[in-house]
Amino acid sequence: MQISRIDRDLHRFQDIVRGRIKENLRRYISHGEMIGRKGKDLVSIPVPSIDIPRFRFGPKDQAGIGFGEGAEGKPVPGQEGEGQGPAGDAPGDHVLEVELSIDELAKLMGEELELPRIEPRGKQQINSARSRYSSIHLVGPQGLRHFKRSYREALKRQLQTGAYDPLNPMVIPIRRDMRYRAPVKVQQPASNAVIIYMMDVSGSMGDEQKETVRIEAFWIDTWLKSQYQNLQTRFLIHDAVAHEVDRHTFFHTRESGGTKISSAYTMCAEIIEDEYPPSEWNIYPFHFSDGDNWGGGDTERCLALLKDTLLPTVNQFSYGQVTSTYGSGQFKRELDKQLEGADNLVTSQIDTKDDIPDSIKVFLGKGR
Amino acid sequence: MAGLSEDLQGWKEKIERYAREYGLDFFELNFEVIDYRQLNEVASYGGFPVRYPHWTHGMSFDQLSKGYTYGLSKIYEMVINNDPCYAYLMKENHLVDQKLVMCHVYGHCDFFKNNVWFSRTDRQMIDTMANHASRIRRYIGRYGLEEVEEFLDRCVSLERLIDVHSAFLSKQRTTVDETAAPEPRQAPRVRFQAKSYMESFINASAGAQEERQRRAQEEKERRPKKFPESPERDILLFLLHHAPLTRWQRDILGMIRDESYYFAPQWQTKIMNEGWASYWHSRLMTEKVLNDAEIVDFADHHSGTMGGNDSLNPYKLGLYLYRDIEERWNKGRFGSEYEDCENFKERKNWDTGAGKGRQKIFEVRTVHNDVTFIDTFLTEEFAQENRMFIYRYDLETDQYVIASREFAKIKRQLLAQLTNGGHPLISIVDADYKGHGILYLKHTYEGIPLDIEYAKATLANLCSLWGKPVCIESVYQDKPVLIEHDGKEAQFTSLDAPSSATA
Repeated sequence: MQISRIDRDLHRFQDIVRGRIKENLRRYISHGEMIGRKGKDLVSIPVPSIDIPRFRFGPKDQAGIGFGEGAEGKPVPGQEGEGQGPAGDAPGDHVLEVELSIDELAKLMGEELELPRIEPRGKQQINSARSRYSSIHLVGPQGLRHFKRSYREALKRQLQTGAYDPLNPMVIPIRRDMRYRAPVKVQQPASNAVIIYMMDVSGSMGDEQKETVRIEAFWIDTWLKSQYQNLQTRFLIHDAVAHEVDRHTFFHTRESGGTKISSAYTMCAEIIEDEYPPSEWNIYPFHFSDGDNWGGGDTERCLALLKDTLLPTVNQFSYGQVTSTYGSGQFKRELDKQLEGADNLVTSQIDTKDDIPDSIKVFLGKGR
Repeated sequence: MAGLSEDLQGWKEKIERYAREYGLDFFELNFEVIDYRQLNEVASYGGFPVRYPHWTHGMSFDQLSKGYTYGLSKIYEMVINNDPCYAYLMKENHLVDQKLVMCHVYGHCDFFKNNVWFSRTDRQMIDTMANHASRIRRYIGRYGLEEVEEFLDRCVSLERLIDVHSAFLSKQRTTVDETAAPEPRQAPRVRFQAKSYMESFINASAGAQEERQRRAQEEKERRPKKFPESPERDILLFLLHHAPLTRWQRDILGMIRDESYYFAPQWQTKIMNEGWASYWHSRLMTEKVLNDAEIVDFADHHSGTMGGNDSLNPYKLGLYLYRDIEERWNKGRFGSEYEDCENFKERKNWDTGAGKGRQKIFEVRTVHNDVTFIDTFLTEEFAQENRMFIYRYDLETDQYVIASREFAKIKRQLLAQLTNGGHPLISIVDADYKGHGILYLKHTYEGIPLDIEYAKATLANLCSLWGKPVCIESVYQDKPVLIEHDGKEAQFTSLDAPSSATA
């Protein structure tokens, strides 16, 4: 008997899954909660209706038979948490979870949203030198000796001098046969990037708005991660004052104070100045708010900060305005009006979750 | 893939001898030793080394491999109903596991050979499957992967729509007879004999006209009023005969149907078959095969297969029932005298020393399927002793709760669950509904509604094979409803009130 290879069927299945994911990608993008994180480089995505449909009974309408103790009306023992049914041959809610690497997800996303690859800023300007052991020297430490090359030299010498005897093939390297690996300095375009997320957490930003920001942030992370080897993320929240927080706090904090956007911009500018010299880092600040800002000249301060400090140092400054019941939406209008000529300032209005894909396209579509 | 090592070969011969001594009767059995990847691969093909290419096999392979990698699941045994029988042993397993699997497999093999529901299965199925695979590959080469795959998807979607009892009825027709397609519907041309120069006069006459009408009328009366005459459960066969398919499509549909009939007895006798194999692995192992050092591992793995209290475990239910039957017939706890006895104590100590247990279980494994097995041998005492219950999904707590421990209900639930292998009962009632050639199906509703999304998608597949709209009569949200699918969308029509809505 011979076993036929399963690989072809497996690849066909994976192709179908990939096609299905791409088909539904916009839906995944606007409903980020569908995507689960699995470790560092993997995500899991539920792919609906990949199963072959059949006439079958509704899964939750079915009763079943079990063995064991317990009074009538009591839950069946051994259920885990909510909604976990007893394992068995009853058909379950068959949603297939597929694992995908972040890179692959980014690739699909890039294809679907037609995102251009990011051109490293200033081409030659951002360089980092790295050593690669790709050269050969005549001297060096023993730890770096290159056996193959050394013995080849020895063999060459023995052949030339006639010391080589094919019947007794013994090759003995001497001092001058030795070869050593040596480092060469390679100039590489730096692939360091930092995303600085800023969000307004004043009272007017509700849970729904924050959820939208969270989903946007996931996809921005995914894309930029596929473009840069080393990606860092920083999180700043602000109401009337700004704080740096971790990712979790960022998405779960709620303050009730007023709003001073300039506080965040000032802090952002400080962080860049202290830790991310623009010559070595690609810098992407993203700011999300509902567009309400405190009066008293704060918006002017923001504009000045942007124009003089932030825009000249960053790759792109992105402002996303999440529509909320309370937000006036004034800030985006101001930015668009006052800084019309600045081509590395991108603003986008996000009314509902369905706008997320387009908003991401606006943010990342310039390839900057 | 390799044959058995010397050690395993020795054990195989020993176990085979023991099994025969116990009265088991089986096909010649071949074991193949393969690694876990190959085992998953074979399992994805339903146990067959060669199966037609289809992405669903890739899907099950993906799931099996993940289950194995994460340690969630592991396939212990796989055996093919074929003459000779083939079974697989996983290379990575310990000797005690290999012995356990061998003993278990001899049980299955005996069951395949002797259970009457398997009597009509193709015993050369390995070859048949390989034959199907090469035909389908040829069609893929000729008509393209996408085209054949799309058609296969639809066939697989409908594969359960067969009549498991038809194998035992005389009306069963396995081969596709092209001539069995309905005759052309137009009435035959009526012509009187005429000399050529008289032709236009005679055959244009009123007489011929009349004759034509008379014959048309006759034809109409001769034709059955209903088509099909009685509800048809073998929907795939009906499609083979009457759906507008090309030759290759007909061939593929026929193959899928044959495979479905081959697998049908396995889902008809899941409890009996697994129970029988477990009964014999446990006897063979504990009475003959095990050595002292292996007993703990065996107990561990045996209890593993018997585990799972919260669901219907066919291994467990089957094994316990066989043991119960054996005990009852050994002690004479059957017949009217025992049934009529109402004294609890007397019943409990009933032992006539009849000693017919072994004979009885062999008889049971020959003639029953799961439905009749449960119906005949599940007793109230058994249900109580094993603390059986019915669970139901509770919407409020989003949990499964114990609904009842009442014996009558348990038995009814179990039988309903096993009827038709747990698949809805569906038949064709009318293939010319409203005179428009609409295919009218009826779901025999027994309290459990259809999964409506799946039903709609399945109807769409059926519709594309039938070439005209199809509909199914069922019950949706406790009301009788007709779901019609025209290939684009499903339409719901309530059958007790004349209103309709589009879903």
